[in-house]
Amino acid sequence: MEYTYYPGCSLEASGKGYDESLRFVFGALEQKLVELEDWNCCGATYYMSTKETTSLVISGRILALAEKYGHDILAPCSSCYTILYKTNHILKNNFIMKAKVDQALKKDNLRYNLDLKVRHPLEVLVNDIGIDSIASKAKISLDGIKIAPYYGCQIVRPDRGFDDKENPQMMDLLFAALGAENIYFPMKVRCCGGMLMTTYPDVALELNKKILESAYENAADLVLTTCPLCQINLEAYQNKINKKFKTDFHLPILFFTQALGFALGGTSKELGIQRSIIPFQLNEIVKGEAR
Amino acid sequence: MKKLFIKRKKEREIDVRNEDKLRTAFLLQVANIPGGESLKKCIQCGSCTGSCPVSYTMDITPREIIALFRAKDMKSILSSRTIWICASCYACTVRCPQGVQVTDILYALKRLALEQRIFPKRFPIYSLSKSFIFLANRYGRSYEPGLILAYFLRTNPFKLVGLIPLFIKLFFKGRIRLLPNKIKGTKTFSQILKEAEIMEMIVPIREA
Repeated sequence: MEYTYYPGCSLEASGKGYDESLRFVFGALEQKLVELEDWNCCGATYYMSTKETTSLVISGRILALAEKYGHDILAPCSSCYTILYKTNHILKNNFIMKAKVDQALKKDNLRYNLDLKVRHPLEVLVNDIGIDSIASKAKISLDGIKIAPYYGCQIVRPDRGFDDKENPQMMDLLFAALGAENIYFPMKVRCCGGMLMTTYPDVALELNKKILESAYENAADLVLTTCPLCQINLEAYQNKINKKFKTDFHLPILFFTQALGFALGGTSKELGIQRSIIPFQLNEIVKGEAR
Repeated sequence: MKKLFIKRKKEREIDVRNEDKLRTAFLLQVANIPGGESLKKCIQCGSCTGSCPVSYTMDITPREIIALFRAKDMKSILSSRTIWICASCYACTVRCPQGVQVTDILYALKRLALEQRIFPKRFPIYSLSKSFIFLANRYGRSYEPGLILAYFLRTNPFKLVGLIPLFIKLFFKGRIRLLPNKIKGTKTFSQILKEAEIMEMIVPIREA
């Protein structure tokens, strides 16, 4: 199958490893990813919560461009995914907003015909490609590795309909099929605070501490995330959390595609794993042998 | 001599007459939310407050926001810390037994407060939003180092020093771009944005 790929701004910089590993995983599974040409920023929560129409217009531009490709659009970043999904939903349901957006997009001879599906790579991997098919292509078993699958907020909520909102299972099932052990992890959909890390750091550090604590106490080797913002909050601020709460966390935080790519035979460099700030070797954690 | 002492701008007082104006503006915002009318159905059970990961640090809980709206006290709502501390995790929206779109309602309140400029000076969220919008409009894409720089210059430049070690670490891992990535159509993009600004001001008239 072919998909239109919308990387989003984070995947160009701080989430580079997500971009590299996602491309590798889709390549290894023989799926085609075509990057959307000349994509712009989706506006994230900043626009949505300050200027609604403008937010809908700039994400409407992305949808209008992607529609020409004729395939579903994939947005790996949770924030982009939420905003694009929401925009799509509002434009389909509110004709006044649709008219406003059309009027603005006319300036660039663009028009969105409401014929596009916004999807997340995790859901595509599980629903379109299938866990069995992925497991059969795995080259390395993740045996003996204990993972904490962290879904974060915005991919399952408010109502995406692709997985349970309180206890999603997609990542759990996917990695269980690859041989990994899912730890008991009640914080899997708890919020990391997102941009509160910049605006109200005290609140965000507390939230992140709770998530890390839960993973640490249940003896996780790795925390897997689906969102570049969660990843950077959990990883880059671990030192600060350790200092503030007198804890001793050294948990590697990976994107789920990096661990998946590793199982599919990718090297650390291909998957961008060496970009982690917290030093660790995935090969050492994984005790399993080549299949 | 008097001229030397520049008087500080008084905080804009919201009087009772304004209350109706604020309510109307708020309800117009809510009308745009798919499923926004469910606001009426709130039964004050407090599931939203209980589900919220940050309610412990709010001055007014999400349930109280709706209670205060019913009690006609928009002033307290708009000047609360609550609407700004919300991290958009949607836990409240998902768990509400009545289908109230709590997060989207808080967004509507945020937009209203920004529109009415009801927030303290050097307010972090407003500054971050402004910085982000400035960059996104200029380049068509977000640019993280620029965003952080612009944000702290607007709020507290001294805090930038504390971020240097993290910046260096990320830089050597190849996770920071030194220059922003521009989109090709920046010219048409800004034309689109200009038109969007005009569209923003058009508010459909609805009968109350």
